Amino acid sequence: MIRYLVRRVLLLLITLLVTSMIVFALTQFLPGDIARLILGRDASPEAIETFRQEFGLNESLPMQYVNWLGGFLTGNWGKSFAEGNPSVRPLVLDRLGNSLILAGFTLLISVPIAILLGVMAALRENTWLDSLISLLSLSVVGLPEFVTGIVLINIFALGLGWFEATSLIQDDYNIGDWLRILTLPAITASFVLIGYITRLTRAGMIDELKKPYVQTAILKGLPFCQVIFKHVLRNALLPTITVIAISIGWLMGGIVVIENVFNFPGMGSLLVKAVEQKNLPILQAVVVLIVFIFAAANLIADLIYAALNPRIRLN
Amino acid sequence: MLPVIQAKNLSIEYRIGKRWLNVIQDVSLHIDPVQIHGLVGESGSGKSTLGMGLMRYLANNAWISQGEILFDTYDLVKLSAAEMSKIHGRHIGFVPQNPLDSLNPSLTIGNQMAEMTQLHLGLSHKDALKRACEALETTNIPEPDAVIRRYPHQLSGGMQQRVMIAMALSTRPRLLILDEPTTALDVTTQAVILDLVRELMKEEQAAALYVSHDLGTIAQLCDVVTVLYSGEVMESAPVKTLFKKPLHPYTIGLLASLPSAAAGQNQSRLSTIAGVAPSLSERPSGCAFAPRCPVAIAKCHTDKPPLEKTTDNHFLRCWRWQDIASGDLIPKNPPIGKREETSPQPGYVLTAQHIHKTFSENSLLDRLMGKTARPVQALADVSIKINQRSTLGLVGESGSGKTTLARAIVGLDTADSGDLELLDMPVNLDLDKRGKEILRNLRLIFQNPNDALNPYRTVRETIGRTITLLAQETLSPINIENRIIALLESVGLTAAYADRYPQQLSGGEKQRVAIARAFSAKPALIIADEPTSSLDVSVQAVILNLLKDLRAENGASYLFISHDLEVIRYLADWIVVMYLGEIVEQGTNEQVSQAPMHPYTEALLSAVPMPDPTIKPGTIRLTGDIPGPRNKPTGCPFHTRCPRYLGDICRDERPPLREDEHGHVIRCHIPLEDLKQLQS
Repeated sequence: MIRYLVRRVLLLLITLLVTSMIVFALTQFLPGDIARLILGRDASPEAIETFRQEFGLNESLPMQYVNWLGGFLTGNWGKSFAEGNPSVRPLVLDRLGNSLILAGFTLLISVPIAILLGVMAALRENTWLDSLISLLSLSVVGLPEFVTGIVLINIFALGLGWFEATSLIQDDYNIGDWLRILTLPAITASFVLIGYITRLTRAGMIDELKKPYVQTAILKGLPFCQVIFKHVLRNALLPTITVIAISIGWLMGGIVVIENVFNFPGMGSLLVKAVEQKNLPILQAVVVLIVFIFAAANLIADLIYAALNPRIRLN
Repeated sequence: MLPVIQAKNLSIEYRIGKRWLNVIQDVSLHIDPVQIHGLVGESGSGKSTLGMGLMRYLANNAWISQGEILFDTYDLVKLSAAEMSKIHGRHIGFVPQNPLDSLNPSLTIGNQMAEMTQLHLGLSHKDALKRACEALETTNIPEPDAVIRRYPHQLSGGMQQRVMIAMALSTRPRLLILDEPTTALDVTTQAVILDLVRELMKEEQAAALYVSHDLGTIAQLCDVVTVLYSGEVMESAPVKTLFKKPLHPYTIGLLASLPSAAAGQNQSRLSTIAGVAPSLSERPSGCAFAPRCPVAIAKCHTDKPPLEKTTDNHFLRCWRWQDIASGDLIPKNPPIGKREETSPQPGYVLTAQHIHKTFSENSLLDRLMGKTARPVQALADVSIKINQRSTLGLVGESGSGKTTLARAIVGLDTADSGDLELLDMPVNLDLDKRGKEILRNLRLIFQNPNDALNPYRTVRETIGRTITLLAQETLSPINIENRIIALLESVGLTAAYADRYPQQLSGGEKQRVAIARAFSAKPALIIADEPTSSLDVSVQAVILNLLKDLRAENGASYLFISHDLEVIRYLADWIVVMYLGEIVEQGTNEQVSQAPMHPYTEALLSAVPMPDPTIKPGTIRLTGDIPGPRNKPTGCPFHTRCPRYLGDICRDERPPLREDEHGHVIRCHIPLEDLKQLQS
């Protein structure tokens, strides 16, 4: 098990290294000269030269990469190209924190509900309840996030005034304030996740319920709850765990639309802005962080998978 | 004495689409204390439905439409699900067919066993684990306290089934229901499990219902046997009566279609039962068996016979049983001697010399890190020769390398080294480098006809494709069509089958199509890998006869692989016995099956349950399970389980090949003379 863990962590580090190289290489393919792009057409050659000096753009490519990697590992993530050249690290970490909180809250809402719905649908396979759950979960997946987001804002923020319509985050916020901000975007993202996870849990449960060990458990005289929760669910959830891990990656970088609708200061919108502005130091930091969290979530999912599944753990 | 369980006029219906179909019709049976009651029938007879139905465990679309099940003071039919779960596991234990799938893969054995006694006997988890150990001990599992910490996949099939039996008995139930408990096991393991069931039932003073399709295990284990056909009891009698003096034409036909029956009477062909079992939706209005019965009269087709009591314990559902009992009527399809027998001809179709095959399982990462897993030796220096027009029977437990040898010869797996010759042509080990002539002459029939036919192609397309691909010259469409029809007729199907898809065929019909396809290229050698093991005995008889006929007609030879020694004995001219990728014994059918010399062959034959309760079961039992190929023992690979283990020499040195004056070859350290003496 320990060897497995070491191997997986090693693999994760290699993944990160390769991704960082790819990201770095890709940014070099942006058309035109970065310094000129950033400073504008009218910048004087001296200003451009200063800019190039300041950000080390005159070095050879591999050197630039090594410098960047060294800085990144030692905590010096460089300075943003944007106005005033603020330091990249606090900016990105701030956004990372926000995104993590939103992702965590979203999973907290969606995973239990989805699993419950999936189990219910599977236990009542091909009945009206199953059809209803399938219908609802499919239709909310199909709804574009900006539609759900705007509808939710209109009802619960503008109409009832329970929650905030936009997400202005301040340092002295307490849990109540956070909930007022997080709930609507989390629900919007949950709509998508609940759909997927419900379908997957349902499929997993139906597969497992057909297996002979369920028959054995019933014919041992075990109470129904014990059959479902002790015997079936843990096996049925194995594929779901992987999908939850993938959805963490999605929540970190892929919910730009939701972040925009709610003006939420997350990683996704930062990423989009960095691309628009050709702000390479931020772009690189954000992408590497998202990949890191994605890979780490997958690793954790695999470890949980192995912990729940002795056939993997013991081979 | 009150029976432990009694079913009275039980009927079970299934809803298929909008119709209700009777799966079990008006069945009455009872099981007395300390009795093992066998329930036998072919697939579709409803035996499993009945077995499970007695525990009120039915599919969602099934219900008990009529009758009662008396158990203890209850009528189980009337109990609620909650009340039933107090009886399940506590008073009625269950042992399923497939032990691996029937254990939860992610819970330890101890955990799964303990929850039974915790629930039903109120034991603490600690005491329950102790109880689990004790229960495992009674099944002779080595190191029970280590076993309870393991997970199901870490145990062999035989161990898993012992766990299931120990678990079922750990609450001391009054009735045990066993549903084909040995079907998934090797014959050697089966023998051990049957011994164990016999012994434990006696010890526990419990009754059992033993559901099986296998007449051999039924004969060896049960006290009373009930024969089910199309959801009805056809005959029920004490085991000796049923096997020695069966009165129902179906029972008689079933017993006669066994390969051992033919071998016993030196019959070259097997008796068969005409036709196929009726589908549940098209039950005949009279006797369910009438359409296939060789002695049916007009009345049989119109009126359903009642279940009559002939003597104290013998029940029959047949209008003509008196005539059969008096001996006036013999309800048997005489074996149709359609074609003359063939005998092996001199000269070889195939010679395989020194075939070696190893499998290595290195992942990409392993290779990157420079690690190589120890390769697994699947075939070690295997040499066989197959005479013209003969059948070579290949036997051994699963894991013995039978299928690997077949695949290496056909080229599905490329052997590492060795020489292959087919009809004196050298055969490349690599399938891609074989010419059409080789492909044409070397065909394969698979075990499972369901997977061997493309579900999206009609029978015509399936067979036609092979004909076109392997034809020696270009054929006109009419020629191809004629050939397809001729092939279908040669396997006993009509031209109408050409337009059908596999899902429109029964298991036996699919296998016939697969056989027709194999013969479509007029091959010299057909390799048949367990072609009848997924079929019912009555269907198996038809297929085995067909294979014999086709061999006579086409002059082909077979390499026939089977785990069923009776089938091999019936069909083969030459028998090869394999163990862990090596040949341990080979000789003529008579030599190997009548006078086996290798201790492994001896044990295999001893483990075969004969469908005759008066033949005492063999007493040679192998201890332990076949070692995995990764842990192949040194010296003689069989030394870890050998009942005739000599000592260090068996462990350290590879035994020599010994051949007697009649060409009977074995690989053993014990001299031939001593082995012959030991056997007699």
